Amino acid sequence: MTEVRFTVNGTAQCVAVEPRLTLADMLREECGLTGTHLGCEHGVCGACTVLMDGLPVRACLVFGVQAEGADIRTVEGLAAADGTLNVLQHAFQAQHGLQCGFCTPGFLMLATWLLEQKEGVDEARLREVLASNLCRCTGYQNILAAVRVAAQEMGVWREG
Amino acid sequence: MNWVGRRLPRSEDPPLLRGEGRYVPDIAIGARAVRFLRSPVASGRIVALRPPPAMPPGCLFVTGADLAGVGAIKPGLRRFNYRAVEQPVLPVERVHFVGQAIAAIVAPSAALAEDLLEECELDIAVDDPVIGFEAALAPGAALVHPIAPGNVAVEGEIRPEGFAETLSAAAHVVEFAFRSGRQSAMPLEGRGGVAEYDRATGRIRLSASAQMPHQLRTGIAQLLGMPEADLQVIAPDVGGGFGQKMALFPEYPVLVWLARKHRGRFAWVEDRNENLIASAHSRDQRHVLRAGFDPEGRLLALEADILADVGAFSVFPTTCAVEPLMALAEYPGPYKVPAYAVRARGVLTHTCPMAPYRGVSRPVITFGIERLMDRAAAALGLAPDEVRRRNLHDSFPARSATGMVLDEASYIQALDEAVHILDIPAFRERQRAARAEGRYLGLGLSVFNERTGYGTPAFAARSMDVVPGYEVVDIAMLPSGEVEARIGSSPHGQGLRTTLSQIIADRLGLDPGAIRIIHGDTDRTPYGWGSFASRSLVIGGGACQVAADRLADKLRRGAARLLQCDPAEVTLRDWQAVAGAASMPIAELARLAHQRSELLSDAIGFNLAETGQYDPGGTFSNACHAAIVEVEAETGHVRVERYLVVEDAGRIINPMIADGQVQGGVAQGIANALFEEVIYAPDGTPLTGTLADYTPPTCAEIPEIEIHHLETISEATITGAKGLGEGGSIGAPAAIVNAISDALSPFGVDVAEFPATPPRIRALIRGRAPRA
Repeated sequence: MTEVRFTVNGTAQCVAVEPRLTLADMLREECGLTGTHLGCEHGVCGACTVLMDGLPVRACLVFGVQAEGADIRTVEGLAAADGTLNVLQHAFQAQHGLQCGFCTPGFLMLATWLLEQKEGVDEARLREVLASNLCRCTGYQNILAAVRVAAQEMGVWREG
Repeated sequence: MNWVGRRLPRSEDPPLLRGEGRYVPDIAIGARAVRFLRSPVASGRIVALRPPPAMPPGCLFVTGADLAGVGAIKPGLRRFNYRAVEQPVLPVERVHFVGQAIAAIVAPSAALAEDLLEECELDIAVDDPVIGFEAALAPGAALVHPIAPGNVAVEGEIRPEGFAETLSAAAHVVEFAFRSGRQSAMPLEGRGGVAEYDRATGRIRLSASAQMPHQLRTGIAQLLGMPEADLQVIAPDVGGGFGQKMALFPEYPVLVWLARKHRGRFAWVEDRNENLIASAHSRDQRHVLRAGFDPEGRLLALEADILADVGAFSVFPTTCAVEPLMALAEYPGPYKVPAYAVRARGVLTHTCPMAPYRGVSRPVITFGIERLMDRAAAALGLAPDEVRRRNLHDSFPARSATGMVLDEASYIQALDEAVHILDIPAFRERQRAARAEGRYLGLGLSVFNERTGYGTPAFAARSMDVVPGYEVVDIAMLPSGEVEARIGSSPHGQGLRTTLSQIIADRLGLDPGAIRIIHGDTDRTPYGWGSFASRSLVIGGGACQVAADRLADKLRRGAARLLQCDPAEVTLRDWQAVAGAASMPIAELARLAHQRSELLSDAIGFNLAETGQYDPGGTFSNACHAAIVEVEAETGHVRVERYLVVEDAGRIINPMIADGQVQGGVAQGIANALFEEVIYAPDGTPLTGTLADYTPPTCAEIPEIEIHHLETISEATITGAKGLGEGGSIGAPAAIVNAISDALSPFGVDVAEFPATPPRIRALIRGRAPRA
């Protein structure tokens, strides 16, 4: 077992894990943050996407011990403490950007990163980035629409 | 104000968006981990099977021998030409496909269980497997199961007298032989279950990622010989199913057996490789069609020879007949076919079993008849839309070639609207100009009907031992005026809670926020059939409407007593029971009904609970799909430039959710048309065991889907809704491949296989020069 210290959604964590445990399993099993989902465990589907020191990572391809000293953000950190959805989450509901909801946390974290980029988002960049993740239910267009609407509301949308 | 018809955002969404969904892998945390040792070979005899040399404390090794007394999975069909192949939960003698579960390892953690899997001793005397139709049907082929001669598990045939003469007398006979690839529904959340023994009650609770929790309970209880009431099955949040999660898979009875015997909590969470090789496959079919047309392009006779590769076992409860026999019954689709002859066979091979997948056979038969229509158009010198128009049913109710009643629909209107929107003359101009530049554009149409919302009689006609169909809803108003509706349906992401609450809210004069839909728990819901076959909104929604109407009657009687009027004068709206100038809040009525029953009991009894049952005969949705694609001749790459759906699903309860179902279905259909295929090596080894090999499309490959609704209100259902969950995936392979064939027409080829992958397209046109 190896001790790992990191922060998740602003809260300090210290857990002891086997070196082979993935970041996804560490978040789910040791931190109780089950919003991060595993769809393939080989880095293709992106359901497990979280932000690690500001960058989106496949939490199934990162070991927990690599999170030592890192700042991790997960889907549980998006809504306000009282459960109020943020702009992006609200856009996903309004645009019907989810059906079964299993891929949704990964898309939300990927889009969160995209929306926080200084250069803003245009249509080409939106599609390029969101093509990282797989969804089986929605046909994608409503996911794109949700992120587009959120970008507009946040003032980071750039007409391509 | 009506809630039905509104784009109401889904009540399901907020917890899912906060990461607060509860899926099986979330419930599994802390349970003892179960992993399955799976067969590495397609066919063989188990010679030795032993646990790891050293089993750490808390670990178990379970084989078929341990499960003595546990029955085999035996999906029944009362047909003389059905061979009921039994599937042992864990085999003791033979293995029948790569990925078949042979033994289970239990360990405190999944990682340790996987370590131990590698140390299990497994020796199999390998036999040559039977892989593919040709091998299975070859004279003298080895038998996958001795009880199925010729490796045919199920067979059906219809051949009216004089058919051959009718066909040969036709002015034009058009033939089309094609093949559809083997595909996986591939829900993003795989299968999985958590079985837990409750020491206080001696009962077992199984949480499973399942579409049919009640059937799972019945099936497992029968296999294990346990009291059914001692098993509670819960389908929590389910991360997609698309048909794959209907079956009773062997892993679930193993989990329940473990929980009973070892009085603990055991979890199996499938990984993606297991999902791709061992869950269930679909689509794998080969058809030969011959169609006779008169000089004006009217179909006189259709002959179909259908083969479906059903894999190594029949699945419970739908059986391996679901693909071949649905193709047999529904091939003519929306077209008038005066003479129809068909033979359909389900063929056993040493591959993963075949189960329903969104659309069930109809993506394949629609591909067949729609490609045939394009070939007929070319042969007859007609436009593709015109040959369809001349053959579509145009007066209703109509009777299909196999005797099904086609209710009022909009086959020709949907086609005409699509043709109008597409502006085909303008497209042809653009297509000509592009060809001059060496770019190949094509337009493809696909017209189909989709049998939806069919209840018990339709399934009984299939002679299944397990006959699904009806739905029951228990509805109750609480003293607060809020309503609980307990449904037998069990959604897996379709937004059913929202749509059903819209239906109920309208009947009771409440708003959907006051309605709680309780589902997916056999302890809390009436026996029902889950979600499949585009049925849950139609049948479950119908049962909700019946139950809510009964409750509304009760409320009106109660209000009439208190307002001293006739019940017929009372209307329920905006949370008020209104009779002329008088009114009272529904919540107050509900409180009095429960807590001041002396005022109301002689009018309405002691509670505000009712049951609704619904079992419709079925209806048909219909649609016209159209695709415009560009094919890159150098690479075989296909880009979908435009996709149009003109859809008629009757009354639309929630247009946002309806469109979402169409979009998602079309995306899966495009995936089926272009990208996804389960491929086996000749020795039966799956070559597509990861998502890097089995390649679902991303948002880069799926275009905007333009959706136009027609609303032919169904008289066959009480809500007027027709159901549309599967339609998107039914229409897409035909529309896309017709478009590809149109694009490639200068090369004198057309496509007779899907998925139409770049290598397949390149193989067709390699060495051919385009005609000008």
